[in-house]
Amino acid sequence: MADPPVPDLGSRSSRPPALPPPSPLWRDPDFVQGARDMAALLPAIAAWGVITGVTMANSGMGLALALAMSLLVYGGSAQLVATPLVAAGAPLWVVLATAACVNLRFVVLSVAWRPYLRGYPRATRWRLAYFASDLNYVLFVQRYPEPVPAPGQLAYFWGGAWATWGVWHVASLAGIFLGDRVPVNWGFGFAGTLALLGMVCTLLKDRASLVALAVAASASVVAWALPLKLNIVVAIAAAVAASLVFDALRAPQGSGGRV
Amino acid sequence: MSGLEGLLVVIGLTAMTLLSRGLFFLSEREIPLPPWLEPGLRVAPLAALGAVVAPEILLDQGRLVSTWKDPRLWAAAAGAAWFFWRRGILGTIVCGMAVLLALRFGLGW
Repeated sequence: MADPPVPDLGSRSSRPPALPPPSPLWRDPDFVQGARDMAALLPAIAAWGVITGVTMANSGMGLALALAMSLLVYGGSAQLVATPLVAAGAPLWVVLATAACVNLRFVVLSVAWRPYLRGYPRATRWRLAYFASDLNYVLFVQRYPEPVPAPGQLAYFWGGAWATWGVWHVASLAGIFLGDRVPVNWGFGFAGTLALLGMVCTLLKDRASLVALAVAASASVVAWALPLKLNIVVAIAAAVAASLVFDALRAPQGSGGRV
Repeated sequence: MSGLEGLLVVIGLTAMTLLSRGLFFLSEREIPLPPWLEPGLRVAPLAALGAVVAPEILLDQGRLVSTWKDPRLWAAAAGAAWFFWRRGILGTIVCGMAVLLALRFGLGW
């Protein structure tokens, strides 16, 4: 099966010398739109970043490790879940397995990203992967509901991605250096949860998705006591299974059940 | 934790986050998924986010919240109500945080 054609995004290297240079990416209207759509989420990203920084700074893992983790890992929930484990000296595999379960949502999203992104060169896809956050995904599918490549998608992606990246790192570093001076118990970290709640609401489309959410939420809470954050794995599996059953019950016999 | 161990943790976490974000679009070849699973995977992103969010709202120190005087419940309800009224995520966050802070500092919950 042939890959879909890569949308022509104006390759910078092969431009004819007679034309004026193409405008830089940050002037691209799709890039600007991506950053603008992400702007609504930036306060929550900032709050989440500060909390992550403070948590790491106060955990006793040391400044160097906190800085390295903040600048390189670039995954708030993985950092938050790994921090107490690292501080307690848990074995490496426990830290990684726990973070893997928390990151499972990204794996699920990467399946959804595939039809949009698979036509790009490998190096581009590696760069995209580093920045493919869940917030970015929800905004992206709202703008491009059809899972096909289209011009402007890459610029739109980068607009949101760079906005997120900049705000996240400023906030996270601020949290690391402010440490104790940030009143964590005021509950600013809940802004991150509210942002994800808004994402959840955005993805609620029909009765089937409502059933899936109810099952996932219940399963995640009930299975909370499992080690390594396996409750998230259980919740996703339960919701997928429930939605298959829901589809099978609703579909008239013989029609194949496809919408 | 020694410097070397710390370095390994950071490298491991970075690699794992990168791989999990790109797992299904980094490979050239299609990673086969069973066809019967496909309709179920439509709800997987929603389920994954819901699985992360629900315990943050409903659990307190690993136990189900047993009092209605928990500001997070009201903040989440207010945020969701805003969303379905106005369809804006920023409003969801602002409205939820306003309720959270009002209950925490106004009523001392």
